[in-house]
Amino acid sequence: MDWLNAVVQGTLLGGLYALFAAGLSLIFGVMRLVNIGHGDLIVLAAYLGLTVTTATGMHPLFALIVVVPTMAVIGYVLQRGLLNQTLGDDLLPPLLVTFGLSVILQNGLLEIYSADPQKLEAGALETASFAVGGLNLGVLPVLTFAVAVAVIWGLQWTFYHTALGRAFRAVSDNQDIAQLMGLNRRHIFGVAMALALGVTAIAGILLGIRTSFDPSIGGGRLIFGFEAVIIGGLGNLWGTLAGGVILGVAQTVGAKIDPGWQVLSGHIAFLIILAIRPNGLFPRISA
Amino acid sequence: MTLQDYHVTRSSNAARVAAILGALALVILVAAPWWAGRADMRLMGELFLYLALASLWNLMAGYAGLVSVGQQAFVGFGGYMLFALTMFAGLHPIAAIVCAGVLGALVSIPVAVLIFRLRGAYFAIGTWVIAEVFRLGFAQISSLGGGSGSSLPVAIVKSLASKRAMRESLSYWLALGAAVIVVTAVYLFLRSRKGLALTAIRDNELAAGSLGIDIWRTKFIVYVVTSALTAMIGALIFLQKLRISPDAAFSVNDWTAFVIFIVVIGGIGTIEGPIIGTLVFFALRETLADLGTIYLIVLGVVAIVMMLKAPKGIWGLIRSRFDLQLFPLGYRVIAPGKSDKS
Repeated sequence: MDWLNAVVQGTLLGGLYALFAAGLSLIFGVMRLVNIGHGDLIVLAAYLGLTVTTATGMHPLFALIVVVPTMAVIGYVLQRGLLNQTLGDDLLPPLLVTFGLSVILQNGLLEIYSADPQKLEAGALETASFAVGGLNLGVLPVLTFAVAVAVIWGLQWTFYHTALGRAFRAVSDNQDIAQLMGLNRRHIFGVAMALALGVTAIAGILLGIRTSFDPSIGGGRLIFGFEAVIIGGLGNLWGTLAGGVILGVAQTVGAKIDPGWQVLSGHIAFLIILAIRPNGLFPRISA
Repeated sequence: MTLQDYHVTRSSNAARVAAILGALALVILVAAPWWAGRADMRLMGELFLYLALASLWNLMAGYAGLVSVGQQAFVGFGGYMLFALTMFAGLHPIAAIVCAGVLGALVSIPVAVLIFRLRGAYFAIGTWVIAEVFRLGFAQISSLGGGSGSSLPVAIVKSLASKRAMRESLSYWLALGAAVIVVTAVYLFLRSRKGLALTAIRDNELAAGSLGIDIWRTKFIVYVVTSALTAMIGALIFLQKLRISPDAAFSVNDWTAFVIFIVVIGGIGTIEGPIIGTLVFFALRETLADLGTIYLIVLGVVAIVMMLKAPKGIWGLIRSRFDLQLFPLGYRVIAPGKSDKS
């Protein structure tokens, strides 16, 4: 029963990792950009949530109404003002610019909020739980998982059933021809980044309610999201959710064996999957 | 004027002058224990180790296209090997440094086989995962102090040299020697047949492959050699620090972020770039370090602006204006009647 419990809790934790990964997966899918600062943007969202909740006394989940649009605007401005200039055939500029961005964000947060660990106070939600078949499930982890499923479903639907999604797929397939068809790829990229950071905002707030955070944890969150993307297979959003779940289960099962092994066993699971299925478990055919 | 009057040369006056000045500078630097203070020597020692790390990262990223953000894996590995081999195997520290290099090469082989499956930016993050695995793994080894780390026993430190001044000079010379060896090795490697293949890959991977260059193999060799040398530099770094902990040994900021800034600011894909970048980085650090986090923000901004406005770095700006090459790598055609200048 303990083991079953570890697997269930890991699955729910995977929802959070899938949220970390969804933004990463989206911007890679649309513009082949890998954002090294993604983890720090998650932490930024958590701190924005902290500022909003302490200033207004709102519940962190209501703070999403402010934080999601704010992050989306940051994303659009960041993409059009900075990241669009780095796109091209050369790999180095986007990598190094987002790496620089990561250092700036991390130290900027350190300067403003100090290195003290912070947490978003969510009242009863933090500890509420219910029993299902002998297992006690936390309301927050179940909510996180449900949100992850909803977000991924929403992104999938946007991709395949809206004009915006068609634009995303068009610029992803061939930027120049999409441009000829009247799409402004700079704007489309901006919108994609806005959407990605909107998802990141949700991830950041849920992270902040679940655990304490400080400015230095961005790198670790980037790695979890990245592992979920690679395990699931590039370009497959539902695969990303599966990747998050596998990572979460590996971590909780590892922690069950020895508490010091939690994060390490997640990395090891990732490396094993990389060794046997280099394209991930569910790669999109044309990946 | 016939075709025979033209000749092809690699060297130039600028390179010869640079070689003479470089040799003079080296003599002065070797003599530093007789003219420099202790604090200056320490600073210079650190500078040389950063120069070595930057030259190695530049070889990987600038020439082989292997952009790693996980070189701290090998810096920390080398540091831990120094501690383990001296404390448990009773090796002399200098022998341990050499062994750390060999072990670094051995460890890098399976790592390369695994992460070479990732492309581009995903390769970069994959190297970071490896570094995290190393960090968490070494934190589990309780005989090396676990998560809190350990100090190098006094007896081992004394085995290097009994007198403190002598130890400080020795560790300075080791750092200087490491930097000279690494820069020379990179230079000679790039002049060799393999280096030519590497330069071809840098310029156009598809074309290089179609000319029969084994791209995977060339990159693999670069990765393994770089990892081995990085591990040796790591051992030297922690021989200077005398204390190691997982967080310090596998710090992404100290051993990768700073190194990347050095190379980007100096000029990626050139031998001169990391040298200039290291000097600029230390000048910035010595003047701005009191500002704490602001200094790191400034560094990040400088690197972003540099990458967008002058992607070839400071050396690229100089070279585009003066057509200089201090380390002669490329060949040039000299027309008859024109003397060999520039």
